[in-house]
Amino acid sequence: MADVMQEPLSEELSNVTVGTPTVIVDDLHIVYKVYGAANKKGNAANALSRIVRRQGRPEMKEVHAVRGVSFVANHGEAIGIIGRNGSGKSTLLRAIAGLLPAHKGAVYTNGQPSLLGVNAALMKELTGERNIVLGCYAMGMSPTETREKYDEIVDFSGIGDFIQFPMSTYSSGMGARLRFAISSAKTHDVLLIDEALATGDREFKKKSKDRIMQMRESAGTVFLVAHNLDVIEETCNRVIWLHKGKIKMEGDPQEVLGAYNRV
Amino acid sequence: MSQPESAVADAQAGGRAQESLAALAERYGLRRAIARPSLPAYLRQLWDRRHFIVTYATSKNVSNYSTSALGQLWQVLTPLLNAAVYWLMFGVILAQSKHIQNYPAFLITGVMVFTFTQRTVTGGAKSISGNLSLIRALHFPRATLPLAYAIQELQVLGWSMGVLIVLVLVTGEPISWLWLLIPVALVLQFVFNLGASLFMARIGAFVRDINQLLPFILRTWLYASGVFYMITERTAGLPSALRWALEFNPAAAYIEFMRDLLIYQRFPERWAWVTCTFWAVFAVIGGFWYFWRAEERYGRG
Repeated sequence: MADVMQEPLSEELSNVTVGTPTVIVDDLHIVYKVYGAANKKGNAANALSRIVRRQGRPEMKEVHAVRGVSFVANHGEAIGIIGRNGSGKSTLLRAIAGLLPAHKGAVYTNGQPSLLGVNAALMKELTGERNIVLGCYAMGMSPTETREKYDEIVDFSGIGDFIQFPMSTYSSGMGARLRFAISSAKTHDVLLIDEALATGDREFKKKSKDRIMQMRESAGTVFLVAHNLDVIEETCNRVIWLHKGKIKMEGDPQEVLGAYNRV
Repeated sequence: MSQPESAVADAQAGGRAQESLAALAERYGLRRAIARPSLPAYLRQLWDRRHFIVTYATSKNVSNYSTSALGQLWQVLTPLLNAAVYWLMFGVILAQSKHIQNYPAFLITGVMVFTFTQRTVTGGAKSISGNLSLIRALHFPRATLPLAYAIQELQVLGWSMGVLIVLVLVTGEPISWLWLLIPVALVLQFVFNLGASLFMARIGAFVRDINQLLPFILRTWLYASGVFYMITERTAGLPSALRWALEFNPAAAYIEFMRDLLIYQRFPERWAWVTCTFWAVFAVIGGFWYFWRAEERYGRG
């Protein structure tokens, strides 16, 4: 049988150079603790009696979000991850990004995968201009790089004069566009996108799709989590269907999406 | 290849057993994502993030006041009002001022210097636990956050120092050459604050209840630091060990240092230099090391 490197890609994307693996996920298990999931009344007397009886906090629960997932992602691939709410999609992305520790198994990566998550660093009280600078620095860009990319980001976001207003005045679509524009300004080897393309109008969706394609061609790897299956069908060459933390199906987008839609 | 339950599809396609994924990773030089960098590498990463640290601090200061009508003016008003309240309480109602010459200047200096440390430590304790979404979204050396909070407070202090100097002049103290040493005092205190806030950042990240407890700890510290009274005077009839302990307290040392420069126009004594420098060096090395040791665990679990 063929080597892993010659893993067949779907026909329409065969022009993309298939490179070496960039991300290897090996029997990954993720368990995390959740606070504040109490069903009992959370009053002070209860808390005191727990301390006296030396019980742990009952509102702390363990969630086994990812249960033994393995796959190999190569250069130039765009992998869509689908599944119902709570199937472990976002957790898997965070684990690939190295932001959650593996309970068992491992994630091996080439370089530093980055989650398209710059919005956490932005401040809605500040203007778009300031947020662009702040976001670029948060991703580790230098002032020179930031200045070079600044106009491109403004252009790409397409929000025009609103760039001088605080982000709190933006519509949700405008905010999403600016965030995507900022986070895609940096070249990433492995980019993880979690539901970032859900908002935005038609034109912006097309632009962001082109951007993802462009990244694939420059031999990066893109992971995309979305509930909007059209986006996945149009941009991805492989789809992983997660169900209750396990891979239910994996492969060609049309087949997997077809099976997913029948459920 | 769309067989269901194809959890190891890629590996099986190559006719490989599950364990060989690790071997494949090694063959292509892929590494496990989570690891703590060495201390020199960590310092380098931190240096590379200097622009983020400063921009983040400035942005936070701007956004903090963006909703109030007076805006940035509060950076001056807050220390002024604080000083006014304490002066009313300890200067007028409790009439401390009888024993101490130029009590308003004495008090305001104490309040401003202590507030600098207090605010930095409070900010540091929240810097990790209050920014979990940022930590869970982006990669950066986590010490960036307590550092940014400390620099934010340094920027606030710039305003307070201006207010302080004006008030000291208003109360009738002359300008002195010793005022040139004020930046030195502030640098020493800032370095101490930085260390303390790094230390508190780790505590605050893992001991969630500390943010409830911290105000009480800090208020106790405030009362023990000779902000409202003179330590030497109050401990006159008491064992000298107590006086020693109170004067060795870093907050008290920085306050006394600043009062020497601003009010008494005297060059700080050697023990004051030693104490202030010792605390700065000790705190920043200890705090940084302590914070770095848990680097890979912040924002997890």
